[in-house]
Amino acid sequence: MQELTNKRVAVDRKPMTFMERLYIPTIIKGLFITVGHIFKKPATISYPEQQRPFSPVFRGLHILNRDEQGRERCTACGLCALSCPAEAITMEAAERTKGEEHLYREEKYAAKYEINMLRCIFCGLCEEACPKDAIYLSETVAQANYSRKSFIYNKEDLLIPNPNETH
Amino acid sequence: MLLMSIDWSFIIEKLILISVILGASLGVATYATWGERKVAAWMQDRKGPSRAGPFGLLQPIADGIKLFFKEEIIPNDANRFLFILGPSLAMLTACMASAVVPWGPSIELESGRVIALQVADINIGILYVFGVVSVGVYGIMLGGWASNNKYSLMGSVRAASQAISYELAMGISLIALLMMTGTLSLAEIVNQQHGFWENGWFTWNVAKQPLGFIIFLVCAFAELNRAPFDLPEAESELVAGYHTEYSSMKLGFYLFAEYVNLFISSAILITLFFGGYNFPFMDQVAGNVSPVVFSIICVLVLLTKTIMMILFFMFIRWTIPRFRYDQLMNLGWKSLIPLALVNMLITGAIIIWVLN
Repeated sequence: MQELTNKRVAVDRKPMTFMERLYIPTIIKGLFITVGHIFKKPATISYPEQQRPFSPVFRGLHILNRDEQGRERCTACGLCALSCPAEAITMEAAERTKGEEHLYREEKYAAKYEINMLRCIFCGLCEEACPKDAIYLSETVAQANYSRKSFIYNKEDLLIPNPNETH
Repeated sequence: MLLMSIDWSFIIEKLILISVILGASLGVATYATWGERKVAAWMQDRKGPSRAGPFGLLQPIADGIKLFFKEEIIPNDANRFLFILGPSLAMLTACMASAVVPWGPSIELESGRVIALQVADINIGILYVFGVVSVGVYGIMLGGWASNNKYSLMGSVRAASQAISYELAMGISLIALLMMTGTLSLAEIVNQQHGFWENGWFTWNVAKQPLGFIIFLVCAFAELNRAPFDLPEAESELVAGYHTEYSSMKLGFYLFAEYVNLFISSAILITLFFGGYNFPFMDQVAGNVSPVVFSIICVLVLLTKTIMMILFFMFIRWTIPRFRYDQLMNLGWKSLIPLALVNMLITGAIIIWVLN
């Protein structure tokens, strides 16, 4: 029969020779290997101080975007919620009233916008579905927390800070 | 009159020496735990403790504080007295063996007073060490038996049988050495290894008794319950062996006693086989510096050698896998004891027909 790989090695069941039974040469050989490793660079990355770069296509926590004038771009059309395979997004729409033009870009806006980060699978379909460039996946990860409730991120958690507002 | 007849300065001198040696051996043992974790980490391409203080140097202190604050649990079915006696005995015997190690040459003060850097120069030093070390096994045995736990019992049975098997080979390998030195006093043995080279041969006993040294070293691993012979606490088989039921500082005592033992055993190994505090060209150094400085240099030399020995013990631990129980017994009874006997015979023959 033809061999599938060339990796097969027959088990050596010969009794050990005298030199092998002495153990000491083998132990010295082993010591050279382990002591050699002392001088190698450790593979550890000391996490909070050192961080690995994310991949360019990394999909992390969502952000809700604003336009150049600092107005919310989201119009609560619901396409992101519709596209979401995990059904993590929920929203409530509201109509923009007079005097709120500096807050919302379109006549309709999201009064409530929530993403359940425990349901979310970070697939990025909401980002692709959004016609207004309102939602993006950033390069951060969700913080650990003690309660499930704290993983439901509302609009305040998701919106990026207004560039025109000075704090 | 009775109080006057006591040499108070002698007692004070010895008390200071004892506290310094005890403090030093505890300190070295503390940092041996840190060193062990560092060595293990480096060998496995990791970093080891690095958070507590610079290079993780405060890690042993943090560990100690943690152990102190842990809940102290004594199992209901345990024999309370023996359960507490176990770790105490382990710690006590670990510290006792340091009494006969000569840490440096005697200092002769200008007043003519001689201060020996050895707590007690008893003429049966080696026998004393052996006696104390064998009592140390009782700490493990009692602890494991008193826990009333099958894993602990297995661990202590292993510890006892292992100690008995390896003490024989250890003793016989040492007899060959003692036949050459002709004395049991550790101070005398160190003095005979003065310097490094004399009469065309090394003065250190390792060059005179290479086989005896290897046997003694292997047995020392077994006596210390360290890998590859750490069967009494084999984690993968017996949970934690004899200290499965222990918590808090009683567990700390067991773990700590192991490292104190490691330090003392290394010091005794160095004393017996690697010339103790002797170093090459020591006569030239002694002629150029004051006796006190020379003694300090000697103590530092001994400490350096001891730390190298401890490092060697650690390298071995993280290199070789644990022996199986029958392999351990085979090695002890079928290899080491016959080898030690042959070594003794050869040494005797050489002493009679070559040296005389």
